[in-house]
Amino acid sequence: MLTCKDFLHELSDYLDECADAQVRAKLEEHNAECPNCGLIADTTKKTIRIYKRMDPYPIPSDVESRLMRALEKKMSDGRT
Amino acid sequence: MTVSSQAGIDETTLVAQAREGDAVAFGELVRRYEGKIFRLAQHVTQNREDAEDVLQETFMKAYEHLDQFQGNSKFYTWIVRIAVNQALMKLRRRKTDKSVSLDETIDTGEDTMVREIAAWDEDPERRYTREELGGILDTAVQSLEPPYRSVFTLRDIDELSTEETAEALGLSVPAVKSRLLRARLQLREKLTRYFKRKGDDAFAYM
Repeated sequence: MLTCKDFLHELSDYLDECADAQVRAKLEEHNAECPNCGLIADTTKKTIRIYKRMDPYPIPSDVESRLMRALEKKMSDGRT
Repeated sequence: MTVSSQAGIDETTLVAQAREGDAVAFGELVRRYEGKIFRLAQHVTQNREDAEDVLQETFMKAYEHLDQFQGNSKFYTWIVRIAVNQALMKLRRRKTDKSVSLDETIDTGEDTMVREIAAWDEDPERRYTREELGGILDTAVQSLEPPYRSVFTLRDIDELSTEETAEALGLSVPAVKSRLLRARLQLREKLTRYFKRKGDDAFAYM
């Protein structure tokens, strides 16, 4: 029988789907039986999903043009 | 470098062409990853000027050392490693008075700090505009301690594997896992304020 503490300890592996089958079965059992841990798992999963969906910063055009200028110079000098 | 017609070309081919000295191919690689590298640099350095330096240095070094890229890992993983090294050097240089290390031993105690729990809507981010959401997410990440922030950024934002993150940061796999768990739980807690279902009050737990 897993405690809430055990569940939280394994939460990352559970959400990343890399817990082994036996551990996973116990985690799922606890997840279904314990409303608090179920909520924590759900909201942590959503936290990760929201960050993964976040677009990268668009590169400001001045930053990009300085980058491209620096690289063009580097390339015309050849690889050292 | 001109806008290329190489957008559809696969990465391995572009890398091979760039190694032969094809500037257009290298330019395409830069364009594919500059946004992600700049974001990573901003997350690690928390400084726009440093992030721009890191961005330039990363691609300069990548170009210089392209012949050392073995092709065993993905090109993106390889440049991430360069970017992380450059960003860490910036951090250390900026804070010479107190040594900053992402490898420092930190408390990785067993307690997992869950203070409040409340249900969120299915897509709680829809409640906010893109700009508001970006602000909320950035502020939350930036409020993490650097060792947690860097692991979370690489694993969950830049989507590196646990092993790649460990390699990029010079950490063990268990250290990455333990920091990632803490970072995720801390962020969950911080975001609950914004995303909890209306009418549901968070309550203390554990």
